[in-house]
Amino acid sequence: MDNHAIDSHLNFYETKRGLFSWIFTLDHKRIALLYLYSISLFFLVGVALGFLMRLELFSPGGQVMDPRTYNQVFTFHGVIMIFLVIIPSIPAVFGNFFLPIMIGTDDVALPRLNLFSWWLYIFGALMALGTLMFGNGPADTGWTFYAPYSVTSDTNVSMLLLAAFILGFSSILTGLNFIVTIHRLRAPQMPWFRMPLFAWGLYATAWIQLLATPIVGITLLMVVMERTFGIGLFDPSLGGDPILYQHLFWIYSHPVVYVMILPAMGIVSEVIPTSAQRTIFGYKAIALSSMAIAFLGYFVWGHHMFTSGMSDQARVVFSFITFLVAIPTAIKVFNWIATLYKGSIYITPNLLWSTAFIFNFLIGGLTGLINGALAADVHVHDTTYIVAHFHYTMFGGTIFVFLGALHYWFPKIWGRMYNQKLAYWALGLTFVGFNILYGAMLTVGVKGMPRRYYDYLPQFEFLNKVATVGSWILIIGILLMIYNLIRSARKGEIAPRNPWNGVTLEWQVPSPPPLHNFDRPFILSEKGPYDFSLLEKINEVEQKPLDH
Amino acid sequence: MFTNASNFTNDVDLTFAIIIGISLFFLIGLTALMIYFMVRYHHKRNPVAKDIHGHVGLEILWTVVPTILVLVMFYYGWSGYTDMRKVPDDAMKITATGRMWSWTFEYENGKKTDTLVIPIDKPVKLDLLSEDVIHSLYIPAFRVKEDLVPGDTNYMWFIGQQLGTYNILCAEYCGDRHSYMVSKVDVIEQQAFETWYNDTTQATLEGAEAGLALLKQNACMSCHSVDGTTMVGPSFKGLFGRNTEIESNGIVKNITADELYIIKSIEDPAADVVKGFSNIMPAYKDKMTQKELEQMIEYIKTLK
Repeated sequence: MDNHAIDSHLNFYETKRGLFSWIFTLDHKRIALLYLYSISLFFLVGVALGFLMRLELFSPGGQVMDPRTYNQVFTFHGVIMIFLVIIPSIPAVFGNFFLPIMIGTDDVALPRLNLFSWWLYIFGALMALGTLMFGNGPADTGWTFYAPYSVTSDTNVSMLLLAAFILGFSSILTGLNFIVTIHRLRAPQMPWFRMPLFAWGLYATAWIQLLATPIVGITLLMVVMERTFGIGLFDPSLGGDPILYQHLFWIYSHPVVYVMILPAMGIVSEVIPTSAQRTIFGYKAIALSSMAIAFLGYFVWGHHMFTSGMSDQARVVFSFITFLVAIPTAIKVFNWIATLYKGSIYITPNLLWSTAFIFNFLIGGLTGLINGALAADVHVHDTTYIVAHFHYTMFGGTIFVFLGALHYWFPKIWGRMYNQKLAYWALGLTFVGFNILYGAMLTVGVKGMPRRYYDYLPQFEFLNKVATVGSWILIIGILLMIYNLIRSARKGEIAPRNPWNGVTLEWQVPSPPPLHNFDRPFILSEKGPYDFSLLEKINEVEQKPLDH
Repeated sequence: MFTNASNFTNDVDLTFAIIIGISLFFLIGLTALMIYFMVRYHHKRNPVAKDIHGHVGLEILWTVVPTILVLVMFYYGWSGYTDMRKVPDDAMKITATGRMWSWTFEYENGKKTDTLVIPIDKPVKLDLLSEDVIHSLYIPAFRVKEDLVPGDTNYMWFIGQQLGTYNILCAEYCGDRHSYMVSKVDVIEQQAFETWYNDTTQATLEGAEAGLALLKQNACMSCHSVDGTTMVGPSFKGLFGRNTEIESNGIVKNITADELYIIKSIEDPAADVVKGFSNIMPAYKDKMTQKELEQMIEYIKTLK
């Protein structure tokens, strides 16, 4: 697309119209929105499946579905939420939209590759949905596809594995694109240690996406081979080794949880300085701890296998390295809280989503310490405790930040303000419902209820009922939030350039931005990305009349 | 917590208590600090923010303190765990076998049961085997869990220290009836155990009674009900002589379930699959004697 002649008074929505101008766009902002709408759709599907699971578990015995269906539901819930929602979520939506703007350029380095990765995503998603129609029903293996069950299951596991394989490529290409963009397209006045911390989070993430995803891709392909040709890699009855599968799977699937959380940590590091109107505390510590987490994250996969029959020495080594990951994570939390110290804090839903994240993520991280400690992990391994711990980090962590980021950048993306009162209500319900649901699951797991249970012993009934009621509150909160955001995007007050008084570059462009992002030269400080002494100078632009 | 049900229970619970204690301290402390800052430094109270870029001393402090704490937690987890892998020489050996979806425990004298019976205060070692997919033997009250990996051997050991009955659950997802793969461990007095251990009357059952025992032992009842309820497989009730629609090599046909059909379904279940059910049953070819097959059919005939 040659857009050089386009009038910079038009925002990126107005430059072109029609379906094709969206699905074949090369504009990073439009691609971000394509991702946002597709990811939101799948998120709602995943939520609906979670809702059904909780209904089934409301009482012992069969409630709303048979065991086979339940197993397919939790498998599909996992696959959708992991591969179609959380992995792409923040990088593909907010990374695409804001990374180029925040480092002062007009697009990602490889726009065609960017569009291609969205198409791969859609293709992979359609294939995953295809398992509902083709073959003997959708897979019932759980999203971990453990062999030999995944080799012998008569459901359509192969097609789902191929879908995950394709989605992996989409993720690799996004990561590659960001690495090149950050290396090559940063504004010349922006050396590495003056990049916004969100860019650092994306950078650390991109390396994991690029280096770890090929391993799971090839592993899933090996399972497909095993199912199709019986070549005997993982199924012992064919001479294979099921533990080998677990190693290969977790070599990717542990680092990938950092793909999911590091960009979220980056966004929190943006929202907190803006809300406190002061610079971030410990910029380098936060930036480098992202890299440390990304690096250490490669060497802890064995903690998923403490009861698998893996060698005892390996279990001890993996336990030790797992505890080391806790250190850079703790450093981040301390620095965020220290950033509030002596700030001039504006309480907004943006800030509260971030503090809710810190609370949930503290629980997620601290419960993870029990998983790292060998003797304690043996008891809670493969119970609902693990499921709850994982949801505390991924849902209470990543998705909370994703929703918070939707609020923080809402005025920039849609050019309108959201309704704050409804936003507080939605956040409150989501937060309370979330903690009831997963708090109850943590507890019932410690009491000994295994995960992936269709039915359970009577002593687990009370806490399961509590969890199900929590899920209802949570869903009401999410629906209220969606209602508020959709309504505000259409009818909200017109947003100024800089509604929250931020100083990073996205607050120096119009809301919504024009096609090439910048309508005037941007202002960068030599003191780093969060220099609030520049605020007045940045906001002067607003005083001058804007034409749209 | 701290029920002393097994020799590991109290150690594991201590590790839990230490980690949860430290965690609660940080969770409550940091949350309170965060809320305090948001109130104290609200822009109305503190209109001008002070830029503080960092503090090397603090960064070192909050790197070193968590490092020490996690090393302490690692130590407790590790030491408690080392004991779990060191089996005493005098431990009683029992082979625990898992399959979709039942457990079998075989003692050194050849006695086989579907519930685990152990004497109090005596170390027991379970050798863990699986016949099909991965299962995981989990006794929540004892704080022990290990996977049963097909084609591999794994083990666990423990001492039952309190008389009573405790649940055995499967913790590794293994298919349709994963949540029903439940058994019990009975911890009984040494003397009672010896009487039970030496009682081998089970072997002298005859006819339909022996058939029922065989169906239980071989996990048939995890999938086939005897009261007409449809589970993973067709019910045994009224099976003999029933007119059944089966799929054989992709061709649907009607047959009457006679002795030959039932024997074929046990030895090579994939050959004829009853319509509406999945082809998931393992083959029992060469695992049953002719006499055992006849006994099982004799029992099935009684279910009208």
